[in-house]
Formats: sequence, C-alpha cells, structure tokens
Amino acid sequence: MSGLHTWAGLLLGWVLYAMFLTGTVSFFKEELSQWMRPEQPRLTQPLDPAVVAQRVADEIGAIAPGATQWSIKLPDGRSNTVYAFWRLPGGGPGARGFGQDLFDPVTGHRVAARLTLGGDFFYRFHFQFYYMSPFWGRLLAGLAAMAMLVAIVAGVITHKKIFTDFFTFRWGKGQRSWLDAHNALSVFGLPFHVMITYTGLVTLMALYVPWGERAAIKTPAERQQLSAELNAFAQAGKPSGETVPLASIEAMVRQAQQRWGTTDAGRVNATNPGDATARIAVTRGDAGRVSMSPDYIEFDGVTGKLLAVHDRVGAAAETRGVLYALHLGRFSDIATRWLYFLVSLMGTAMVGTGLVLWIVKRRAKLPDPERPYFGFRLVERLNIASIAGLSIAMTAFLWGNRLLPVAMAERPFWEIHVFFIVWGLTLLHALLRPAKAAWREQLWTAAALLALVPVLNAVTTQRPLWRSLAEGDWEFAGIELMCWALAALHAVLAIRTARQPAGAAAGRKAERRSPIGTAAGETAP
Amino acid sequence: MTALRRARVIGPLVSRIVAALLGGYALAALFSVAVLALPLSKPQAVLTGQLASFAICTGVVIWVFAVRSALKAWIGLLIVAAALAPLAWSV
Repeated sequence: MSGLHTWAGLLLGWVLYAMFLTGTVSFFKEELSQWMRPEQPRLTQPLDPAVVAQRVADEIGAIAPGATQWSIKLPDGRSNTVYAFWRLPGGGPGARGFGQDLFDPVTGHRVAARLTLGGDFFYRFHFQFYYMSPFWGRLLAGLAAMAMLVAIVAGVITHKKIFTDFFTFRWGKGQRSWLDAHNALSVFGLPFHVMITYTGLVTLMALYVPWGERAAIKTPAERQQLSAELNAFAQAGKPSGETVPLASIEAMVRQAQQRWGTTDAGRVNATNPGDATARIAVTRGDAGRVSMSPDYIEFDGVTGKLLAVHDRVGAAAETRGVLYALHLGRFSDIATRWLYFLVSLMGTAMVGTGLVLWIVKRRAKLPDPERPYFGFRLVERLNIASIAGLSIAMTAFLWGNRLLPVAMAERPFWEIHVFFIVWGLTLLHALLRPAKAAWREQLWTAAALLALVPVLNAVTTQRPLWRSLAEGDWEFAGIELMCWALAALHAVLAIRTARQPAGAAAGRKAERRSPIGTAAGETAP
Repeated sequence: MTALRRARVIGPLVSRIVAALLGGYALAALFSVAVLALPLSKPQAVLTGQLASFAICTGVVIWVFAVRSALKAWIGLLIVAAALAPLAWSV
C-alpha cells in the first residue's frame, strides 16, 4: 500500500503540484485580475447590479445587434469589470460567431485597460494547462486528480497512527523532518484535500465518464432535460424574424432581487434578444448558497412578464451542484476564502514535501552519493524546476504584465509565453547546476522577484503600494503584501536549504537514528 | 537475478498495475451504465453514476494493491464486473 502511495503520488506529482498551486492562487483570481489591469479604476462604492445589467445589455445591443444569445456576469463586489459574451448567427455549421469582452460597470463601455488574461490564466491552467487542446489538458488533469485521490486513500491506510505523528514534529532531522512535515500537512488538511480532489473530478465528470449519458440520452428532449438539471442556459429557439426591442432588463433584475432577498442576481442571459421570441433568464448569484445547480427565473423578453421559476433540480443534480460549488468556493465571504487559500496552500506543500521526500529517502540508500542513478537525478531536477521554478515562473507572469509594452500585439499571449519561457529556463538551470546550489539559487530568485513586485508596480503604474494602503484599496494592496509574505516564505526555505548539511550524510544519519522511519517506507506493494 | 526470477517478481506487479488502471476505469464506467437500471429518471441516473464513479475507481485501485495476490485481484474484478454487466446490458 505504501508503494502505491509513493508511486501514485510521484508519477503525476509534478503535474499535481502545479495544479494545486495555480488552483490555490485562483481563489483570488478576481483580485489578481484587478491588479493586472491597473488602468481600470477600482470601484469605490458598490453598484446596483440592475442598473449595470441594463447598461451592459444596451452596449451589447449596440456592438452586436444581430446576436442570437448573450450572457452578462454581473459584478459581485470582487471585480471591477463585467464579463459578457454573445453569439452571432453564423454562415454554415462551425462558423458560428462568438464574441466576448469586459465592460466597465460605471460607463457600460468596453474596458480600455491593457489586454491580459489576468487571474484567469492560472485558473484555466489549473485544469487544462496550455499549449495543448483543452480536451487533452482536461484528461491529463483528471488522470492526475484520480492519482491524487488514490494516493490520499493509500496514504491514510499506510499512515496508521495519524494523531500521534501529528504532534511529534522533529526539526532538522533530514528525512524524519520531511516525513513529519508531509504527515502534518496531509493530516491537518485531510478533509479538505479529499473534498477538493473529489469535487475537482466532479466539475469535469461529464467528460471523464460519458458512458451513462451516451447510453441513456438519445433524443433532443432528453438532452434538454439533462441540461436543465445542470445549468441555466436555454438553447435559443427559432427566432420569428420580427424585430421587437427588449423590455427593461433593469426591472427584471430588480424583480429577481426581490425574490432572493439580499442575495444579488449573478447573471443575465438572453436568447433571441431583439426578436419577438426573446427570453431573459436572471440567475441567482453564488453568494449565500453553496450550490452551482441552476436557480433562475425566466422572463418574456418583449413584455417583461415573469414566465417561470426554476429553482429545483433532482437529488443527484443537487449533489453535483453542491460538490461543484465546494470546489470553486465562490459562495465564500472573504474569511472563508482566506481559509480555502491557506489550507489549499498546505495541500500544495503536502505534494511538494512528498516529492522531496522521495529524493531524501533514496539518497540515504545510494550506493555512491556522488553518482546517483538516472531516475534519481531526473526526479531531483524535476523537483527543483517544478517547485522553486514554478514560483519564479508565476512571479515572472506578474512581471511580464507590468513590463511588456501595453500596445504590444498578442499581449495576453506573450504574458503567458513569458511564464513558460521562464519556467523552461528554471529547468535548464536545475539541470546544469549542482542540486543543492540550484535549489538555493532558485529559491532566492523567487524571493527577490516576489519582494520586488511592489517596487515594480510603484515604478510602472500610478498606484504604488502606499497609495493603495492610504485609499484602502485592498485588492491592490493585498496582492502586493501577499507577494512580500511569499517572498519571506521563499527566503526562509532558501536559508534552511543552505544550512542543511550535505544531503547524503544527513540522510544516512537520520536513517540510523530512527530505524523505524518507514511509515511511508519503500516496501513492495 | 536470472531472467526467470526477474519475471516472477515483476510479472505480478505489472499485472496489478494493469488491473488497477484498466479495471479501475472499466468498473467505474460499467457501474455508471448499470445505474441506469435503477428506477430513477434518466438525468438523475446518469448523474448518480458519474458522481459515484470516482469512488469506485479509487476503491478498485486500493483493492487491487491490497489483496494477497494479483490473481485474486483479477478474480475480484471479474466477479464485480459479472454482477454489473447484466444490469448495464439491460439498459
């Protein structure tokens, strides 16, 4: 069982580490997106979603008058922009037009800030990676999550005395300390790690296990029935061709707000807007309910009359909605979101310490520490680039956001290229330098880059940290203070790495001192 | 180590890995179809099967590595598959 734990954890460990860390950061993706669009003014007071919905709907009507469908995500207090997309009638099949943009909730016009994917990059990378089709990326993510689930369960079985080990932490004892750290991190967040892994699989379950759906769902009516259990998007029916302006969106959103009390409306979807057959759906926001299952009210787009209330789905669909929402954590207030972030960071560290532990354990048993075998060196180098290197690459993404010319062509993609180029360089560096030196140098580089983010921001924008603090702009200040906290964390790790005696000797000593140190030992499965 | 002894050590391990990877997914997929035989509405049955499939896949992998021999692991998988197959077929 411990063999299963080790290998399920190691083989996809680097992918999992990247998924965990970028996923952790994604709990603050809206805030990160704000920071990455410094030209877009922050919202100083909450806006009325009903008014914003009308503004943006009018703007879309002007930009894409022939749209067959549009959807507006209303501001929820965490974002200073409004995202909307629309579909245009296309020529043949596959040529269907699709448009999307960010809008300023105050003016209703398109956002003029620098082009960037912002926090959405880490969010998307977290489950579908990049430079490969989303389909294959998502399959890889699912495989990694499945390995994680197996590793967690096998780890719990391996690790019988969870609670005693939790209170015995031994610092500075080489392998023993790594094992203690790995155990403590895993045990403390165990319910969270199980939840986040399982719910992660649930978010894409239709892709991973399509067989039941393929066997049971055959007719368009059945497909519609299944889709209605999962989301609030109604397929646009045939337009009549008769042009009729939309009724007041503002009034519809207000009606929805009245129904849901203080909870704001989350989204406004329109099908066949501007046509006599227009329908508007106002969906309930994520705040105040731990479920992503569809909860919306439907209006006649021409008369503004309430047509139907959809607030109930079947038990299985509701379970799926709750699990989905638990994964995203969008229901959460700021305190819960911080808790999500911190425990998730511990999950990242759990994966990271597990990867390092593999090396530390085997180093103690190397016949000749000067000439380790190929597999050992490969894991060792990949560990450096995927742990310390990823920190550098993610910080480089923020640097790219500030340093790349604002008018650059394909700018959002170049920010991402910077991320991958830097990540590749860290791998090259890890391959060329002695392992211990590579760890130290990369950790210091990450610490320095993170520490200088506020300086970089002060030099390149009109919103330096002291001004953000003075104005109470916590989105901006929070990101930069977090960079400092993470810089300190990397500096501590760099110092500890430097202080550690030559790895092999330390490993051997620890092994001798605790011959029973095989809780995650390497026994044949 | 002679080639024969090597094969005797590695063979069962490879067998278990294959049983875990293929068997885990196959039983999960089979279960997700067999659920359709339950008296549930179609969308609910489809979703129930999908939701439970990951737990089943995990359980299978753990089982395959927990039992005493690779042969027992395969027999266990086949028994469960034989129980689920008629249900899945009836859909």
